[in-house]
Amino acid sequence: MRETLGVAWRDLVLPAKVPDLEVPTSIAAMGACARFSLRLPSAQARAVDQAGGFALSGGVNSAITSGGSISARLGPDEWLLIGPEEQGDALSQAIEVDLDGRFFSLVDVSHRNAAIAVAGREARAVLNAGIALDLDDAAFPPGSATRTLLGKAEIVLIRPGAECVYWVECWRSFAAYVHGFLMEAAREFGPHR
Amino acid sequence: MAPTTVAQPYRFAKGGRIDRTRPVHFLFNGRTIAGFAGDSVASALLANGVHLVGRSFKYHRPRGILSHGVDEPNALLDVSRGPGRRDPNNRATMVEATDGLVTRSQNHWPSLKRDIWAVNDLLAPIIVAGFYYKTFKWPRTFWHRLYEPAIRAAAGLGLAPTEDDPDRYVHRHAHCDVLVIGSGPAGLAAALAASGSGKRVIVADEQAELGGTLLHDASSTIDGESAEAWLAGALAMLRAQRNVTLLPRTTAFGYYNHNHIAMVERLVDHPAPGSTALPRERLWQVRAKQVVLATGAHERPLAFADNDRPGIMMAESIRVFLNRYAVAPGRRIVFATSGASAYQAAADAKAAGLDVTMVDTRPEAGCGVQSARLRALGIEVLTGHTVLGSVGRMKVRGLIVAPRDATDRIGSRRTIACDAVGLSGGWTPAVHLFSQSRGKPVYRDDIDAFVPGTSVQAERSAGAAKGTYDLAAALAEGWRAGAEAAGLDGTRSFAVSPPTRTGFTPARKLPTDVDASRVRAFIDFQNDVAAKDVELAVREGFESVEHVKRYTTTGMATDQGKTSNMAALGLVSDALGRPVPQVGTTTFRPPYTPVSFGAIVGQARDALFDPIRTTPLHDWAVAQGAVFEPVGLWRRARFFPKRGEDMHAAVARECRAVRSAVGIFDASTLGKIEVVGPDAAEFMNRIYTNAWAKLEPGRCRYGLMLKEDGFIFDDGVVARLARDRFHVTTTTGGAARVLAHMEDYLQTEWSNLQVYLTSVTEQWSVIAVQGPRARAVIAPLVSGMDLSQEAFPHMAVRIGKICGVPTRLFRVAFTGELGYEVNVSADHARAVWEAVYESGRTFGITPYGTEAMHVLRAERGFIVVGQDTDGTVTPEDAGLAAMIAKTKPDFVGKRSLMRPDMVAADRKQLVGLATQVPQLVLDEGAQIVADPRAPIPMKMLGHVTSSYWSTACGHSIALALVSGGCARLGQTLYATTPTGFAAVRVVEPVFFDRHGERVNGDFAHA
Repeated sequence: MRETLGVAWRDLVLPAKVPDLEVPTSIAAMGACARFSLRLPSAQARAVDQAGGFALSGGVNSAITSGGSISARLGPDEWLLIGPEEQGDALSQAIEVDLDGRFFSLVDVSHRNAAIAVAGREARAVLNAGIALDLDDAAFPPGSATRTLLGKAEIVLIRPGAECVYWVECWRSFAAYVHGFLMEAAREFGPHR
Repeated sequence: MAPTTVAQPYRFAKGGRIDRTRPVHFLFNGRTIAGFAGDSVASALLANGVHLVGRSFKYHRPRGILSHGVDEPNALLDVSRGPGRRDPNNRATMVEATDGLVTRSQNHWPSLKRDIWAVNDLLAPIIVAGFYYKTFKWPRTFWHRLYEPAIRAAAGLGLAPTEDDPDRYVHRHAHCDVLVIGSGPAGLAAALAASGSGKRVIVADEQAELGGTLLHDASSTIDGESAEAWLAGALAMLRAQRNVTLLPRTTAFGYYNHNHIAMVERLVDHPAPGSTALPRERLWQVRAKQVVLATGAHERPLAFADNDRPGIMMAESIRVFLNRYAVAPGRRIVFATSGASAYQAAADAKAAGLDVTMVDTRPEAGCGVQSARLRALGIEVLTGHTVLGSVGRMKVRGLIVAPRDATDRIGSRRTIACDAVGLSGGWTPAVHLFSQSRGKPVYRDDIDAFVPGTSVQAERSAGAAKGTYDLAAALAEGWRAGAEAAGLDGTRSFAVSPPTRTGFTPARKLPTDVDASRVRAFIDFQNDVAAKDVELAVREGFESVEHVKRYTTTGMATDQGKTSNMAALGLVSDALGRPVPQVGTTTFRPPYTPVSFGAIVGQARDALFDPIRTTPLHDWAVAQGAVFEPVGLWRRARFFPKRGEDMHAAVARECRAVRSAVGIFDASTLGKIEVVGPDAAEFMNRIYTNAWAKLEPGRCRYGLMLKEDGFIFDDGVVARLARDRFHVTTTTGGAARVLAHMEDYLQTEWSNLQVYLTSVTEQWSVIAVQGPRARAVIAPLVSGMDLSQEAFPHMAVRIGKICGVPTRLFRVAFTGELGYEVNVSADHARAVWEAVYESGRTFGITPYGTEAMHVLRAERGFIVVGQDTDGTVTPEDAGLAAMIAKTKPDFVGKRSLMRPDMVAADRKQLVGLATQVPQLVLDEGAQIVADPRAPIPMKMLGHVTSSYWSTACGHSIALALVSGGCARLGQTLYATTPTGFAAVRVVEPVFFDRHGERVNGDFAHA
């Protein structure tokens, strides 16, 4: 029995650990993050430009990274904001301050999602086993984000930077499926057994 | 050059594209067959002199290898690549020869050479087209029991595998600017032209090697190079370009809307062992901006008596076996043709040192130049001849030919001894994918074939697929197609020498000197359909080509009539005296060639078949030995049996614990939606039947939701957290559709409302603590909240902390007891659950599952949407009329509730049932009638929706929807049981704690 009367421990659906697969493709569960679903009319977003340090200026399907945070715009009025776990409360307060007086909805979804990083030369081939979208640099350049399907699971796909690194965000109960699906798709690229 | 090797008597000593440094061995019907890497099973069999490879579908006639490609109708083998890796109906022409393959012929007993079912061949005059339909009509019951099983045993192809398939299959989505299907001359030229644009090009070809007809073209030069050298250069150029993806062994089998092409790539059947992690096949789904169809053409046989003997094959296929595989299909070969293309095959055979005779159905005047050239090579050419038949049994021994004049008078017969025959009855462009793209093929008289008409999607055809058989023209057409597809200008011409021979005169059914109605001149080899069967079908009134197809089965089965469709069309056209375009063509449906189920299934098997959703508390329940049940994609703990307990005992114990002390239940799967915004209360007012404006923050209310039709759609407890924030709960199964329903209204009907919806189903885990001792259990764990009855009454919500982490604590009671639903963020659920469980030990806290939850709620008469409702139940029917806020101007479904039918007195209404025998638990779904002695069909009044044994009541309980049920209270009705009827009394649908006093739990005793 771990602490029972102290503060409850945190039990991640995909515990962060060493990558499950390495070169040329790595698939690794990401650790805990602070996440918010921000809903804000696009006209308001144009007026404020940012909230709590999260850029709101990107176009639909963009992902803007700054420091340890990602602002992924999934629709005209919808953002998935991801930041360091320990800053969760501070971030939500800062966002609320910056948007004070406007119509918006900020909902904590830190525990709703799990994230898996897929990286390496064959990352796209692995993802395209279940994602129908074009992930070519021209179609899904660095700084892109979208909600889509991976096999039978809904995911949010984020490409934060220039490298072949993709974040796959899904609801926690789909995490085992999504992780298993990616591992299965990556088998042909993994260390040959 | 003569065949020399002893092991492979029909293999030439040199030449061909096989790799003689890599010998392979496989089994065919137990015999070891030697071949080389690069061989197909068919070419290796022929190299060993094996022609007899199967028995035909209906008449069990001996059959050999007819073609060299995907159109093969005869040589269908059962192929095993090891345990679990066996499947039937593989075309020997498409299976690459690899070490260790075990191949077998099909459709015979006891053996290929001695097949007792060959008796069918003698019965052929009786079992004509439509035989089954005419004969096996009476008695009716015999069809399933006798006729069909017997027919299936006698006719039918291979045996389906029974073992699990150990191979892996994967899917891949891809996008490109230009997809080129087919890598023959036209396809390669298209790829070369398109690749210059720098755009993304994918080239797919079904063969193991790219190159199409160039792989066996030993005579042409292109721009001064041999075809072989030109091909090597073209492929090197394409391989060097990063924007080009070359996919050999990849069959494009389906062309769907929006240039969505499905292709299957074979990865490990071929002889490069590589990694065991490689999937066997990959299903590609390509979205292409432009498509070039360079799919080539299939050669057609000629129709004459006994044209199906082993050793009789396609003329071009003989050329392929000679040049590509260095195999002589025979040493004395007769070619019979109605067109010029076979002349090249004959010339190649002669050049290989074989004895060659050419029989042309066209008069000398129609083929003079070509025949003169062949004669110059020393080949006997018989023009103006017909073929009357063949001799031989297990293998052709001779071809019977005779001269014919312009009026089809037949001269004297002559039998030409031979051990192989090459037929050429013209070519049929492979317009399958074009047709699947919804394009309509148009008929071209000069080549007696359908070619692609106007494009419907962004595609274009080139080369033989478009009826362009001349090599130089096909290359130029391919180049132009590729350039246009890539958005480039420019044409290019290719210097080809010698010019391609392309003359042709259609010959539907060769004239004969015997009674034509007795001659079996096969047109569909796979289904044993002869020309006379088609003619019989037309005589019997089947005029539509679709009907002829179904009546005779021509064009069906695994080859889908690739070699036979045009012949059948021509015969129907002749028999009806209508031109071919008026007869039309049958529809080409995907797949172009058979696709394995594995490729279609892909990764979706075993653990990846469907996402199995589990809660953060799942592992705890597993450790406790819980039995689970599926609820949609979720797995929920149904009950927690202790050693020796069955479900009944476990559920009774769990229910007792909740009623007498305290139980703990994982309600995390409940749908949860956070409704936020200044208009949140107005939105709730419109979407639910009841009123929300007056609900104070910190309070909960049961909400009922209808669809526009006025029927119950979903329900759940809603907490108002702040003036502008509601925490909505939905049923487990309804979570996704409720959110979609709300979004639909918000976005389309009420876009002026300032409200946003966010799913938080998985953000919050829900630990239900229910029972008189619930408060005592959680009290030591919470902080920042006053749990007293006054401060925190039933149907209230408080935000505070439990075990040091934030909670939204609901005081609600689906069990009817004092209860809390502890919402905690999901990663904390396990720790909080264990803390609650530990704290509850002194009170005998008992984990309970969904089954006990159902019993507890039914005792209190709480409905479950989807169990006690079925999409036709109104609030009034369910006894929830009080949930309708009559004063609200509108809510979804309000108008529908005013329809006369929705308030009729005889509607099915929710009632309780008390069985006359208290121990009897009715079946859910049991029908209810007023008088079991009424004549059948008797009127059914309704049915049981929920039925359980109630430990608290000491008798069974049931809820039911009964016509006019509210007016029947006290009546005795009858419910069906497996053995008859059981008497039941209609009661109020509440069985326990009628006044709902127990929700105060230990407060009541305090």
